[in-house]
Amino acid sequence: MTAPQNELDAFRADVSAWLRDNRPADPGFLLPQTFMEVGSDEQLDFLREWQYKVWSAGYLGLAWPKAYGGGGMDPAFQSVADQEMRRAGVPICFNVIGLGWAGPLINDIGTEEEKAKYLKGILSGEDIWCQGFSEPDHGSDLGNAQTRAVREGDEYVVNGTKIWTTMGNYAKYMILLVRTDPEAQRKYDGLSFFLAPMAVPGVETRPIRKLTGEYGFTETFFTDARIPAECLMGEEGDGWKIAMKTLQYERGAEAGAAGGLAFVRIVIDDLVAGLAGVRRDGAPVLEDPLLRDQLVRLVMEEKAIALGDRRAAIAPLATDYPLSLPLSHKLRWTEHTRRMRQFAINAQGADGARYVGDDDALAGGFWQRAYLNSFSATIGGGTSQVQANIIAEHVLGLPK
Amino acid sequence: MSLTGNTRIAFSEEQAMLLDVAREFCRAKAPREIVRAQLETPRGYDPDTWQAMVELGWTAIALPESAGGSALGPGSVVPVFEAMGRAMLGTPLLSTTLAGQLLGRAAPGMHEEVLADIATGAVATIAALEGGDWGAAPQCHLDDDGRLVGSKRLVGDAHVAAYFLVVLAVEEAPALALLRREQLDPSRIRESELIDQTRRAATVDVTGVEPLALIVGPAVAPALRDVELLGALYVAAEAAGSAAACLDTTVDYLKTRKQFGKLIGSYQALKHPAVEILCEVDSSRSFVYHGATLVGDGALDRDAEIACRMAKAQATETLCYAGDRAVQFHGGMGFTYECDAQLYIRRAQWVQQQYGDAQHHRKRLAGLLLDAA
Repeated sequence: MTAPQNELDAFRADVSAWLRDNRPADPGFLLPQTFMEVGSDEQLDFLREWQYKVWSAGYLGLAWPKAYGGGGMDPAFQSVADQEMRRAGVPICFNVIGLGWAGPLINDIGTEEEKAKYLKGILSGEDIWCQGFSEPDHGSDLGNAQTRAVREGDEYVVNGTKIWTTMGNYAKYMILLVRTDPEAQRKYDGLSFFLAPMAVPGVETRPIRKLTGEYGFTETFFTDARIPAECLMGEEGDGWKIAMKTLQYERGAEAGAAGGLAFVRIVIDDLVAGLAGVRRDGAPVLEDPLLRDQLVRLVMEEKAIALGDRRAAIAPLATDYPLSLPLSHKLRWTEHTRRMRQFAINAQGADGARYVGDDDALAGGFWQRAYLNSFSATIGGGTSQVQANIIAEHVLGLPK
Repeated sequence: MSLTGNTRIAFSEEQAMLLDVAREFCRAKAPREIVRAQLETPRGYDPDTWQAMVELGWTAIALPESAGGSALGPGSVVPVFEAMGRAMLGTPLLSTTLAGQLLGRAAPGMHEEVLADIATGAVATIAALEGGDWGAAPQCHLDDDGRLVGSKRLVGDAHVAAYFLVVLAVEEAPALALLRREQLDPSRIRESELIDQTRRAATVDVTGVEPLALIVGPAVAPALRDVELLGALYVAAEAAGSAAACLDTTVDYLKTRKQFGKLIGSYQALKHPAVEILCEVDSSRSFVYHGATLVGDGALDRDAEIACRMAKAQATETLCYAGDRAVQFHGGMGFTYECDAQLYIRRAQWVQQQYGDAQHHRKRLAGLLLDAA
């Protein structure tokens, strides 16, 4: 199925016009740049209302089935809507675990009952989803998850702890990876996957305060928590397979996400625009020769990544180390982002010392907070150091 | 418009084929021992290899058909330079290609016999520098009798050049004087000692020489600017190739050298810089082929200028870093002349200085990117 170009163009014009008329007013507080930064009730309420509005207007879940709240349309329409939202710079659609991971998973392998029960609430934002994969002692080693679930009649009794649960304190459901068979020969075969309710006795969340001073993640404790057996997805022992499939959605390797912006993209143009009024040595900071040199370096970093994505698609120009460009993208982008945001504070002069909450902070302390938050990407999903090891070993063939 | 701007990379089948042929040629004709055998010879390259390159048509790739060229555009030479950089193969192809571009751009449709000569292997070179400053205006000029007054520095491949394009000022505007080798007494060409022993350059004293032809007019200044950008791009292409080869050399050593009972490549202190070099090499290649995509026979536009300057700024620093770490990571071996790391670190210093170093280009990029209306 391919959407006709004229229909897409007309649709683009509709989205664009709608966004122009419905762009939310500045709420007067800093909005999250990613779904991992929803730290206050006022932020949550604002984003929830926005997502509902986008969905009601017909610009979210366009490719999901109509019967479950979707648009039943070609995915190309959602891409157009996302592009226009990105261009317009509107807030994110915050329910990302649902929209991007749990939703497509349920759409692909869920039962009719599961689809009917969960999908619409994901799109409307009424049902917030979180993910229970990582554990305190097993940050990157997912296959080693130790949270236990034991079947008792129509229920499973769950004990253990999950960590880095984004919006754990707001979520109604969790995609939960647990160990049902500790005796399994392969540790992976002992895992099972649940679409688990959060509002049951024995499930407690404790917000984790981030280095920014804000919230966004929780630690989630299960103490004899009883979860209905019907919440098991697939069969016992399917957990690893389903979790890996979920990660494919997370990494964008598999299509199916409902769409919407998962994060606000901050690029070098935003930085240059943001520095327009800043002065150094009595002149505009953008005239300072040393800062100009650093800015050019940052532009080059950003452009090199974009060019690398292009070159990776040209086979004769990606021969020597074919995996190099795809495997290094995360490392390069996140490290570049971190450097750029550090520079953004540096370039502010004395005002770089101010933080969110200070009326005189440049852009409300946006860059300061963005810099501190940038570590979520250089650490989460495999630290930069682990990434470098992976590239050294899998691309360059260096010994472990 | 965004600062990242144009991110186009196109690579034709013809270019892909050229890249294949060039890499294969360099593997066959310029294995490392052959390149090394030329390091301390006066000529610096094997004339048979040069002849073979001419026969493959490499001197004619970007020249107009009317002069016996293939008219594939200046971007099509880039894969050849990348392959040569990988092999560390010298030869006067760089000087000759750029001189052909300059003559063709500054005096379109004229001097086709010279271009035809170049297409069939006559070496040509641009005599531009008078000191170490790539940003300086030429002081070389004509006396009242129409004879040149001046001395040119670091003229690439002057020792074998059949044609010289001397940059001078005529009535405060840049101009070119075309000279044939026969017009220069051998004593006028004083060979320089270069840090990169695969290269040759000389000081050329042109005082008192009457040009074979004088090229003046409004086309000269833009032609010079465009050729400086193409020079930056070609040198960047060579540097990207050299840096990739340098990385391979280092990685091979990290995989075989044992210390304290372990392969040294298992240490993260060596692994992580190797990955950093890999990423920088990737960026260099991306910028280089982006530049190759945007340059054409016409005047280079803003996007092409940005691309060439970024390619040079990136590839230069990449090779400097790759060469520097290659020496260090080879330990005591890296301090010897026998180790190939010396070839790369020496090439890096030469590359840095050709057609403007990284700072030279970033300074101009700042103007292009940050001051644009």
